[in-house]
Amino acid sequence: MTYTPPRLTLPVGDRDHSEGPSDAPIVLLEYGDYQCPYCGAAYPIVKRIQKELGSSLRFVFRNFPITNSHPQAEWAAETAEAAAAQGKFWEMHDFLYENQRFMGDEAYFAKQETKLKLDATRIAREVAKGAYSTRIEEDYMSGVRSGVNGTPTFFVGGVRYDGYPGFEPMVAALKAGQKASIRKK
Amino acid sequence: MMSKNAGKPSPLLKEGVKAPSFTLKSTPDQSVSLRDFLGRPVVLAFYPADWSPVCSDEMGLYAQLMPEFKKFDAEVLGISVDGVWSHITFSKDRKLNFPLLSDFEPKGAVSKLYGAYEARIGESARALFVIDKRGIIRWSYLSPDGVNPGADGILSALEKLR
Repeated sequence: MTYTPPRLTLPVGDRDHSEGPSDAPIVLLEYGDYQCPYCGAAYPIVKRIQKELGSSLRFVFRNFPITNSHPQAEWAAETAEAAAAQGKFWEMHDFLYENQRFMGDEAYFAKQETKLKLDATRIAREVAKGAYSTRIEEDYMSGVRSGVNGTPTFFVGGVRYDGYPGFEPMVAALKAGQKASIRKK
Repeated sequence: MMSKNAGKPSPLLKEGVKAPSFTLKSTPDQSVSLRDFLGRPVVLAFYPADWSPVCSDEMGLYAQLMPEFKKFDAEVLGISVDGVWSHITFSKDRKLNFPLLSDFEPKGAVSKLYGAYEARIGESARALFVIDKRGIIRWSYLSPDGVNPGADGILSALEKLR
């Protein structure tokens, strides 16, 4: 029996938050949890990969909050989505990962929202009523149905990446994925 | 039905086979039997060991997905060779909301019955079974070494039972 890693069941589309050109030849997708220390460790690695591959990479982030072990994960996901509604998803996404140790200190994050010229009152209101919970749940279940079993889980060109989440192996997998897709064309 | 060549590892039980009955301890003074759940689907999740060092291991994921499993009225049972005391603290730590059964003595006996035992390392394999309400295995899956199988296969199998 040969092992085939699971594939992404919900294709990358307009609903997604992404960085890099939408027609980039290489697509890296992460299912992540803002309170997960392993995601925090992967965050600078993804940044390095983005720098390395430049405009040939599109990076997509989907929510996979593991709320039974991370009490602030849902709050953080809601906060990033609320910032997205005001056009600043990536700014908040990055800030959350860079400030994981302050997770739960809402005043600390509200200060940053003001700095980013976001309407912090609106964010607080939307987070309190779970305005984006349906979207987060959709992200989460799309992950479950695609073989996401923890965080972070990466997909390279729509196929789950089962290797070590380090810079060199991931860049190698991304480049190999690009070559494979060129051959198919 | 125990096989006569007990020294050899038995292959994973497949779809269509009656799930072998068992009774295992879930706490020092409580036991769980497969037949307790006749009339409802059961998910058996064999796993190597408590305390795997990752964020949301397989059991944590299933705990979080309990509302999804409940939509199918399914019961989830985790099984490893760890003792009940380890199970209790592990379960509390990961906030698990389903029983963990201890296949401890004789070690791995139930895992072996299901073909879900790694004799080489003396632990249960990462194997999944979906058993229908009549006690027949309707889906089984053996995960490759070190790969957390996730829940997709379980949910698909439960959907097919309907």
